[in-house]
Amino acid sequence: MDLTLNVWRQERADAPGKIVSYDVPGVDEEMSFLEMIDVLNERLIEKGEEPIAFEHDCREGICGSCSMVINGVPHGPQPETTTCQLYMRHFKDGDTIFVEPFRAKAFPVLRDLIVDRSAFDRIQQAGGYISINTGNAPDANATPVNKEASEAAIDAAQCIGCGACVASCKNASAMLFVAAKVSHLSLLPQGQPERYQRVLNMVSTMDDEGFGACTNQSECEAVCPKGISVSYISRMNRDYLRASVSTPV
Amino acid sequence: MSPLVESVVRFLRSTVGTKVLMALTGLALVGFLVAHLAGNLQMLAPGGKAPELMNAYAAQLKGLGPLLWIARIGLLGTFALHVALAIRLTALNKAARPVPYAYESTVQASWGSRTMILTGSVVILFVLFHLAHFTLGFTHPEHYALHDAQGRHDVYNMVVAGFQVPAVAVGYGLAMFVVGLHLSHGLGSLVRSLGLSNPRLRLLTQRLGVAVAILLAVGFALIPSAVQSGWIQPSTSVEGSNK
Repeated sequence: MDLTLNVWRQERADAPGKIVSYDVPGVDEEMSFLEMIDVLNERLIEKGEEPIAFEHDCREGICGSCSMVINGVPHGPQPETTTCQLYMRHFKDGDTIFVEPFRAKAFPVLRDLIVDRSAFDRIQQAGGYISINTGNAPDANATPVNKEASEAAIDAAQCIGCGACVASCKNASAMLFVAAKVSHLSLLPQGQPERYQRVLNMVSTMDDEGFGACTNQSECEAVCPKGISVSYISRMNRDYLRASVSTPV
Repeated sequence: MSPLVESVVRFLRSTVGTKVLMALTGLALVGFLVAHLAGNLQMLAPGGKAPELMNAYAAQLKGLGPLLWIARIGLLGTFALHVALAIRLTALNKAARPVPYAYESTVQASWGSRTMILTGSVVILFVLFHLAHFTLGFTHPEHYALHDAQGRHDVYNMVVAGFQVPAVAVGYGLAMFVVGLHLSHGLGSLVRSLGLSNPRLRLLTQRLGVAVAILLAVGFALIPSAVQSGWIQPSTSVEGSNK
């Protein structure tokens, strides 16, 4: 198939960027979206042009590296699919596709489609840990975890931290990410000692990083490659309220 | 600062805390709307009882004295706080995405959710007109001046006369559509902001929110519609009311 790609090109963080149009003929429908860009990049290199910079790592849908907005939707049109697992058969011959970087003040563009997502690392560092004793591994059944809590915790723990929730949110809010990270530890007995301090610190770091607030529009959930539910945001709000009442600074 | 004050300040400064306040003020305003609608529906009382019911109800409210003023100031304060928080959150949210997408797309956000600031602004304008119209009597002083046989403020005939003006009736109808749209997102959203939602309750609260929004909007719009259709007639027991 023959496609037209409108791609955001930006040389470096402080350079102005613009949308550049590329004709991409001869795209195989069995290619992934990233492989299609690989092909375009090889052609650009042959012509002596700068290839399009984008992030990728595992290309198996689990690392959370790929980060592009395809026709206004992070990770493209397929639900619960990362860009690397998006195949060209979901597009039609003659399509014009817009490819842009994740847009958020907290995710500054470094180059072309690559954004700096270290704000997520700082949120994780603010509370994404538990205290355990070192030494021998504890007995496997020493701490019982009920089935419902373990399922809910594991659903939240599926978050790969890709940032699609921020990119799709009308307010560039990171609530779904933070809610998933807060919940996956706070649902488990091992996460109880830091439970309230965790939610206070992670929300405070999230606010300091310049993410927006949640308006409950559920756009994040719709694009999350791991299908994390917005119900976790409500759970986080509940924890935050409890923490504010029970933990004076 | 004492730990308690610090804790409160931290809560109010945070996005989550601001959303909780937004939800609480919104909930209080919805509570007011329910009470207001219950009062208004007395306009539709059958058997010619409506004028007496309405005027007695209004006189009773006016007779509350200081309590009425406490309620009024509380309501105005809640409304102002809701608006101020909305402005703060909108500014914060706009700042969080300085560069917009060249290709904008929406996957599942509802129409109501995407127009909250717009519908909210229309509600402010409507409330200003509504207060000038029926509470302060600036726009139609001749309707406002009506009194019934017992010398009470003739609210019944004031409302009927007000809604006999077609432009006013249509304006109120449109305003109620806008209020309904605002609430169609607001009600479900406030449950989530307050942390009361979970996967089992989510769909139910969302649908219930839309249902209550529709009921409120239709309930309020019923009164101008009833006047325009002739279901509600001016009460002739009062001199000069049927002009």
